Amino acid sequence: MEAIAFYIFGVLIVGLFLVTILSRDILYSMSALAAGMVMISGLFFILGADFLGAVQLVVYSGAIMALYAFGMMFFDATREVKEKHGSGLLVFILSGASALIMVIIFAAPAIGNKIEPLVQATKGVDNPHAIGEVLFTKYLIPFEVAAVMLLVAMIAGIILASKKMDESLSEVYVGADPETEKKEQV
Amino acid sequence: MDGYIIATIIKAALILGVISALAGFGTFIERKILAFIQRRLGPMHVGPYGVLQIAADGIKLFTKEDFIPSGANKIVFMVAPIITAATAFIALAAVPLLPEFTLPFTDIVVRPIVSDMNIGILFVIAMMGVGLYGPLLAGMAQENKWGIIGSARTAIQFLSYEVVTGLSLLAPIMMVGSLSLIDFNTYQASGVGSWIIWSQPVAFVLFLISGFAETNRTPFDLLENEAEVISGYATEYSGMRWGMFFIGEYANMITIGFLAAIIFLGGFNPLWIIPGGLAIILKVAFFFFLMLWVRAAWPHIRPDQLMWLCWKVLMPLAVLNILVTGIVMMV
Repeated sequence: MEAIAFYIFGVLIVGLFLVTILSRDILYSMSALAAGMVMISGLFFILGADFLGAVQLVVYSGAIMALYAFGMMFFDATREVKEKHGSGLLVFILSGASALIMVIIFAAPAIGNKIEPLVQATKGVDNPHAIGEVLFTKYLIPFEVAAVMLLVAMIAGIILASKKMDESLSEVYVGADPETEKKEQV
Repeated sequence: MDGYIIATIIKAALILGVISALAGFGTFIERKILAFIQRRLGPMHVGPYGVLQIAADGIKLFTKEDFIPSGANKIVFMVAPIITAATAFIALAAVPLLPEFTLPFTDIVVRPIVSDMNIGILFVIAMMGVGLYGPLLAGMAQENKWGIIGSARTAIQFLSYEVVTGLSLLAPIMMVGSLSLIDFNTYQASGVGSWIIWSQPVAFVLFLISGFAETNRTPFDLLENEAEVISGYATEYSGMRWGMFFIGEYANMITIGFLAAIIFLGGFNPLWIIPGGLAIILKVAFFFFLMLWVRAAWPHIRPDQLMWLCWKVLMPLAVLNILVTGIVMMV
């Protein structure tokens, strides 16, 4: 059962990500990326990591939605994008090296026998509880550091976007006079 | 194991059939209720009180030409409506629709939920979020400026309501201590007094508002507001593809109704003399009616007003609600 589901998801994921990198159509690439991310959550569900699966869905559907917004602003979605190909050798070395590193990272735990899990999976505890327990005991400091980092990023974002926050957006552009617009451009 | 697979397939097919039939019926109910509130008659000509209007509309939708504009991105254009409809039904997989019952004349116990995962709420919310890819892709794939505006508004809508939905549900989740919808139901088993709406009224209102935004209902129907953007993302669609968007939308309305009923209004626990199964159907019907009522009574708002509402009013309220809940639970 699980094997069948795994292979279905595996083939779909690899195929979709191939479309993502090989297609020249911005719409195909982004749709395939989004679909691939959704399929990855399927792998989490097969492994019994329901919580991570749902998080994968929530986070990536939101993040790629923002990517779409940028795509909409910068490209005409119904035309093909012209790609610039630089040095072929550089592309070959970089992609080859990253592929090799990925293989080593994932093959090492399978071959080596020095690696053991830091936290043993506990039977009878459901997934969200298990994750919460590990996050708030063993990995509390990394977790809090990540939270502070996100807070800093959020504050920075608010400061960058806050110039005309008191006014409604539609009023800003209707009411703006050319003088102030020029000043802002300078 | 085989029995489990067969049962799951039967349940999935039943839910698909019943909910899409209800979605079709929902369009008729919507027109009738809007007409009633606006002192019109609504559909009257086909069948008694216009009931057979659904059949007429169905025939029209199925037999209409499936038209793809020449400038459009064909594959994405064709897939987009399927995303909306499919994710709406996938979301229903984690929702317990009725209480457990035994099949008559046998001793088989049926649990009317396709997959009882222990993160039910998260899964439903995530799946409904993924569903917004339908309008987004549809708008971008057709070469039409109204479509592009529609999909830009989809992105705005998604970025606005998603945070409020999650934060508003966090306080009830903290109280129940579980993400499973069945646990929510058992938490409220001891009668009307134990309904979470009494202890979390703010969360209930916030969830309803973001639920309206999630299902594109008035006052948040920015994506396809006829007066402004023709039909937004659905401008170039016709026939069954257009119909699929609507089946998805109505299925989402039903899902939001179920979520609100299970999380805040006691779910499928028996209510006084009303058995549980009937109680939840009544509650969902009430939420469905509420959505139509609001549509008849309220004007719709601008995209920037939606963003203002969600980020500057609802999100701080939701965070305050979580804080107060946390303090009350700890002290």
